[in-house]
This record gives sequence, structure tokens and C-alpha cells, in this order.
Amino acid sequence: MSAQPSSLDRPCADQLAALRAKLAQAQSQRGPVLAFGIEALDNRLGAGGVDGAGLHEITAASPTLGDDAAATLFVAGLAARFATAPGANVAWALTRFDLYAPGLEQAGLPAAKLLYLQGKNETMALALAEDSLRDGSFSAVVAEVKVADQTATRRLQLAAADGRTPMLLLRRWARSNRDPLERPSAAMTRWRIGCAPSVPLPAPGVGRACWSVELVRQRNGNPFSLMVEACDDTGCLALPAPARHRAAAAVRAASQAA
Amino acid sequence: MPPDEGGRGTAPMPVMAFRHDRPMVLIQRVGQRDLIRSACPVALSLGLTPGMVAAHARALVSDLDVRDADPAGDEAWLDRLALHGVTHWTPIASVSGGDGLWLDLSGTTHLFGGEDRFCRRLLRFLQRLGFTARVAIAGTPGAAHALARYGGRDILVLGSGTEATALAELPVAALRLEAAALTAAARFGLERVADLVRLPRGPMAKRLGLNAVTRLDQALGHVAEPITAVVPFEAPDVSRRLLEPIGTPESITQVISDLVDDLIDVLRQRGLGVRTALLVADRVDGEAQRIGIGASRATRDAKHLKRMFGLKLDRIEPGLGIEAMHLTVPHSEPLGASTAGSLIKSDAAATDLAPAIDQLVGRAGEDAVFRVAPNESDVPERAIRRAGPLDEPGCWPRWKRPVRMLRRPEHLTHVVALLPDHPPRRFTWRGQAYRVTAGDGPERIHGEWWRTDTELWAVRDYFRVEVESGERFWLFRRGDGVEPETGDLSWYIHGMFG
Repeated sequence: MSAQPSSLDRPCADQLAALRAKLAQAQSQRGPVLAFGIEALDNRLGAGGVDGAGLHEITAASPTLGDDAAATLFVAGLAARFATAPGANVAWALTRFDLYAPGLEQAGLPAAKLLYLQGKNETMALALAEDSLRDGSFSAVVAEVKVADQTATRRLQLAAADGRTPMLLLRRWARSNRDPLERPSAAMTRWRIGCAPSVPLPAPGVGRACWSVELVRQRNGNPFSLMVEACDDTGCLALPAPARHRAAAAVRAASQAA
Repeated sequence: MPPDEGGRGTAPMPVMAFRHDRPMVLIQRVGQRDLIRSACPVALSLGLTPGMVAAHARALVSDLDVRDADPAGDEAWLDRLALHGVTHWTPIASVSGGDGLWLDLSGTTHLFGGEDRFCRRLLRFLQRLGFTARVAIAGTPGAAHALARYGGRDILVLGSGTEATALAELPVAALRLEAAALTAAARFGLERVADLVRLPRGPMAKRLGLNAVTRLDQALGHVAEPITAVVPFEAPDVSRRLLEPIGTPESITQVISDLVDDLIDVLRQRGLGVRTALLVADRVDGEAQRIGIGASRATRDAKHLKRMFGLKLDRIEPGLGIEAMHLTVPHSEPLGASTAGSLIKSDAAATDLAPAIDQLVGRAGEDAVFRVAPNESDVPERAIRRAGPLDEPGCWPRWKRPVRMLRRPEHLTHVVALLPDHPPRRFTWRGQAYRVTAGDGPERIHGEWWRTDTELWAVRDYFRVEVESGERFWLFRRGDGVEPETGDLSWYIHGMFG
């Protein structure tokens, strides 16, 4: 009689141990997590931040060039925070070179840290990104493409996990009526970044930009959207001051703009 | 570096067309004066001699072609000729002084049909290159040196054992004496080599120095004078011949791997690293398949080389089979030993990107991998230039700059703006109207007058504006709004801030 519960218990314990081992393995595959440093953002992310060994898709909220630039800066800020170590390098795969390097430097990615890989077509750009991921000597890899199907994103996700390097896939709008994120993908998180009107300054001038950040899909978590202030010269985002402190926010923005 | 020593590229052989109608001299600056270093035969016949002041020569001959001497170029040519001699005529050859070559012809002239024919052949070869030369063959290097310069004939072949008589009538300078010894000899009235031969050895050493005695003995063959031969550079090269023709990718990979291992041993012994490697696969039908790889930095890493060859493996067509494979290194660089990874890993050490860059370049091509470096210009589109992937570019000034730029600035219509220095209130771009809520500016950028005349007065006033939707643009106006010649006050959009 006494053997029956133990015989029932033992497989349970074994199964538990096996499950724990599996979980631990899954955890170990995950790279270092990079938190945004904003509680409202980090608490809602399943991993508590951006996974350092996974694929993340970012796109502009609308097919305008302004939103596209905001998404670019969001990616640049993320990459800059992954590559804070001196001598770290970020690979940026693209097909058409219209980035302006001084602008990227002001998002925390100086020219000495940024290596551009220009492919003849998007397939080549994705292949270059995958090579850089598997190599593992880059702190982050960025690729900007218009089309990336399920196979391509799956490959990138596997390469990112193998090379333990974050992959930031900037999906650009190919056509104005075709949302880049409408097809499913293997990404850990999918973001949509758009411009938002910034807090007006008390004096004439332009303050810190505001973005609407929308997390469309994530593993282990729910989607959400949030307003944030654009990344500064180290790539860090900030929360705009709440409404009752608007005056204070304006003062801060003015000091930053000055 | 000459190409024979593993240097890159070959300088084309200059064909010098001498125009004998116009005298030409080469000058070199010595102290405060330009002295003639060498003169062409026409100039010599006009009385211009090496050592003369260039201004004097110009005064004497009005139609004088004066050019700068290039001693380094001359030296490089002599080095190349010596290397050519080593690889084509005799195993022992070297440069002699600033104007000659020594070739040790012992046992080699019969390959060219005897000494006379060899000399004629040598002269013809040099003539084709544009050089005039004189050849002397003698039993000792000293005698050959003297006779080639002071013998007075283009080809002079001296029988063995006749050095003393042949040298007797030559001036003392033929013996390669130092300047002090030459002056002393002139003071003692010793003009010919025969005068020195007659002198007792002791007093001669006392007056002219021991060196002069040695030189005399060397010329006469009493003291040996070996020639230090130039050693030609041979590109590292390994080969494997196969027992049976191979055709499968696995077997080809295995052979490449063996070849690379062999090559690494050779390179380590010689202290070299690979910059370019060429793999040649000989097929059974006589065709040769080639694949080449390049490294951005000299490397001796077998794993890295194998991986780079592996990337290009699909370009080999084995056909009916490959029976031999060769691996050569056309371009190598010195690479010393590197310390093995130390036990203490330092976090500060930057990862070496060179292998990754080689792999990416191998996939996408040389131009595909680059960095962007600052260029010294305030005009935004000229402030960037492409740099090599291993460069370390600096920083830009911290003026606010957009993250994406339009390829060309695009014209804005229906712009409402206060002149001279307010951002626009509204504008229309690509058919859409925008209303500006905030703006910063102007940042005035002047044209670079040293480039073109149109930029002489040109001015661009840049504004950073935010429109109602929150998008931020970088606009500029041509002209400062006051002076009409600075621009026509048309508005353009140049970039997007996030």
C-alpha cells in the first residue's frame, strides 16, 4: 500500500525535474535581458526587458517618412544600449543607404561602433545579418528590409539564439496600404513606433520628441501601448511627465533643448 | 615593395625614349644649391658635368631640360634588376654601389652560349629597358668593378690571371678607395693602379690606410671577396597530388583543410600572414579551377582560412575529378608570433572583427562592408564619406542632425514663413499640406566657395520643425533672406528627425 503513492510520486518528481531542466535550458538559451529603465515598460514586458538573444521586429506606425525616422531612432537607441562597452560593434544591414551617420551618433551610435553591410537585394541583406549574428562578435545586429516571411524570421531567430546576439529587424513599409506586421513571424517582440506631438515649450523652439510605442505582440505577455519621450544621446527613452506636472516637464524639456 | 617580394601590383616597365636633340640633366639639392647629379651624353658634350651648379648649367645652355633626380627610384630599379638577375641569369647576384650590379657568372655562361654572347644579350636586354650599360667580366669582383667603370669599352672580357696588367693603367679611383685615401694618393702623386702595386705594403698602409691595401688585394685576387647574393622572395606555396581524382564536396573540403594546415606550417616558419590566398584545383581534363580569398588583416588562423574557402567551395566545378590542388599566397605580410590567450580574460579587450569582416566581404563583395567617417565639411551631404571596415572614424560636431536624409533635397511649395529668420508656418510636400507647431533655427551653412563659383555666395538656412502630427523635418531655405545673391528664397526638405 505504501509503495503505491511513492510509485505515483516518483514519476511526478522525475517529470518535475525534467520540466525544470527544460525550463532552465530555455532560460539559458535566452541571452542577457536589456531593461529600458522605465518601470511602465519593463513590467509589461514578459522578459522584463528586451531579450539579448532573440529577434525583435520594429516598424513605423504609418507609412510616412517621419514615423520611419522615429522607428529608425528607436532601433538605433536599442542597439546603442546593447553596445555600451568600449570597442563594441553594431552591424547594420541594408539595401539602400539613406541613413545619416551624424544623426545616428546623436542616438548613441558613434561611427566607430557602426559597421554597415549593404546587400544588393533584401535576401543578401538578411543573409549578411544572419552571418553577423552567427559570428557572435557583434553586440547587436540591425537589418532593415521591406519583406521578411516566416522562414526568414525563423532563421534570424535561430541565428540570434545561436550567436547570443540581439537581432533588431526594422520592417519598412513597402506599400502604403500593406502593414509590415500583418503577417505572422517568429519574432520575440513586435513593435510599432510612431511620432506624437511633443510637449510644447514655454519659449519658441523644439523640445524632446515624443513617440507612441505600441507593442503589438510578445511572447509571454500581452500587447500594450505607451507614450514615451524619444531616445537621448545615449539611446535611453524616458516617460513624459504626467499631466499635472506638465509645467515641470516643459522646464525640463527647455533645459534639454537649450 | 617590389612585386617579387610579395608586394602588391607591378609597376609597368617605363620605356624611356631619349631625345638626343635636347640636353637633359638631373639635379639634386645639396645644402643650399642644386647640383647636377647626372647628365645625358648631349649635355656632357656641351661641357655640363656632374657636380656643376644647376644655375650655372642653365646659364651655359639655354635649352636645357632640367629634371629632379630620383635616387630612391634608381635604387628600386637596381634592386629589381638584381632580383631579375638572380631568377634568370645566375644564382648569385647583388647590387654594387649606386650604379652597378655584380653577377657571379661561374659556371652559368655556357647556358647562354658563352661569355661574349651572354654580355651581348645582357646589353640588349638593358637597352630594351632603356638603360645604357657596360659589362666587364673578370676573375675578381674588384677588377670587374674597376673595368666596367674605367675600362672604356662596352664589353670587356678579361682572361684569368691578367688582372694586374689590365688594371695597371687605370686611375686609382677605380679601386673603390675612400675619399680621404684618394686625396692622400693624389698628394703623393699616385695616379695609376700600377703606382700602388709597386709600392711596399707597409708604407702604403701607413699613407693610404689599411683599407686601400685590402681593396688592392681584392682587385688582384689576393684576398677573397664574396658577393652577398640577393635572395628572391618566393611566395609560400603548398601542393597535394591525389592518388585518385576526387569530386565530392567532402573530399575537396578535406584536401583544402590539409593544404591549409601545410600552409600554416610554412607561414609560421617564415613569419608571414595571408592577405590573399589562391587555390588552384587541377582537373583530370587539364582545366584549372581557381578560387581566391582575401583577408582584411594578415592572418595565420587555419580555422578562419578554411571557413573562407568553405564559403566559396561551390565555385569549384570538379567535372570528372580533381587530381591535384595547389595553394599559393600571392600577397603576404610579415606577421610575428602572437601571444596565446592569457589566462586572465580582460573584459576591456575589444573583439577582433577582422574574421567576421572577411566572411561578410566574401559573401557580399568588397564594397558591401564599410563604415562612415566624418569628412571636413559643413555642408551636410559632404560631411560623410565611406571608410574601410577596419578604420576607426572620429566624431561629428554636436549640431542636431536628422537620422535619415533624402537623396536630394526636395522642393517645398506653398510655404508661409516670416523673413528673414523664422521657421515656416506651413508648407506642402509631396502633395500634402503640413502645419508647423514648433521650429528651431536658423542654422546657417555657407557654400564652399573654393569648389565652384555658384557656391561663392550661396547660403542655406536650416530649420528643425515639428508638424502637427509630431513628425520632425529638417528644412532649409536657399538664401539668407536679406541679400538676393545668396539664394532665391526657395524652400527644401532635406531630412527627417525621429
